[in-house]
Amino acid sequence: MIRTLVRGLSELAVTAGAVLLLFVVYEVWVTDLSSDRAQDRVAEELREDWTTGTPDPEPDLGQAFAFVHIPRFGADWTRAVVEGTDPDELEDGPGHYVGSAMPGERGNFALAGHRVGRGSPFLALDVLRPGDPVVVETVDAWHVYRVTTTSVVDPRQSSVVAPTPGGAANGEPTGAFLTMTTCHPRFSTRERLVVHGELEGSTSKTAAPDGPAALEEV
Amino acid sequence: MYPWIWRHLPGPLPVRVTTALVLVLAAAALLLLVVFPVASSHLEFWTPAL
Repeated sequence: MIRTLVRGLSELAVTAGAVLLLFVVYEVWVTDLSSDRAQDRVAEELREDWTTGTPDPEPDLGQAFAFVHIPRFGADWTRAVVEGTDPDELEDGPGHYVGSAMPGERGNFALAGHRVGRGSPFLALDVLRPGDPVVVETVDAWHVYRVTTTSVVDPRQSSVVAPTPGGAANGEPTGAFLTMTTCHPRFSTRERLVVHGELEGSTSKTAAPDGPAALEEV
Repeated sequence: MYPWIWRHLPGPLPVRVTTALVLVLAAAALLLLVVFPVASSHLEFWTPAL
C-alpha cells in the first residue's frame, strides 16, 4: 500500500520535472520557430504595403509600420516593428509603445522586444555602445539615431518611455529620442534593460535609396 | 502508472518499445502544440515592456 503510494508520488514528481524541462525548451527555443515565421510575414506585408501605395500613418495594433536596422547586431540585421507592446504583438517582433512618437518625430520613439525566446529580437541589446547607429526605415525616409546611454531599471520605471526620457509621462519633448526596452537579466523579468538614443538626422528615400552611410558602420 | 501502461502494451518487445516511444512523442507534441501556448499566454512572464 505505502509502496504503491510512494511509487505513484515519485512517478508524478519525475513526470512534473520532465514537463517543466520541456516547458523551458518551449519558451526558449520552440517559440522562436513561430515568431520567426510571424516576423517574416509582417515584414513581407509591410514591403508589399509600401510598394502598393501610401500606408496609414497610424498603424493598427499588430501591424508593422517600420524597419529597424542595427548594424552592431550584424550587417543585415533588421526587424519589422509592429504597433503595440502586448504579448500578442511582441510575438511578431519588436513593438512600438502606443502613443509614443513615430520615427523621426520629436518625442520618444519607444520600442519593446523580447530578450530570450519569441524571436529574441533584443537578445544582444547589451552590446550596444554609445554612438552606435540605429537606423529606422519608414515608407519614405531613413532616420538615424545614435545610442546615448544604456541602463538597467526597475520594471515600474515607466518614465524611460516618456516624451523626454526620464521626464514626465505627459511632458513636452525636448528632442527626438529613441528608447529600446527588453528583459534583464536574460531569462528573467526582474529588471529592464533600457537603451536610449537621439536622432542624428533623417534622409528621404529619394535622396538615399540604398540607405544612409550609418548602415555600413560598426 | 508507467509499469501499468507497460504491462498493458500489446505485442512482443520491439512493438511495445515502439508503441511506448510513440506515446511519449504524442504527449510531448500535445504539450508543445496545445498546452504550452495556452499556458504561456496566461502566465505572461517575460514581458519586456514597462
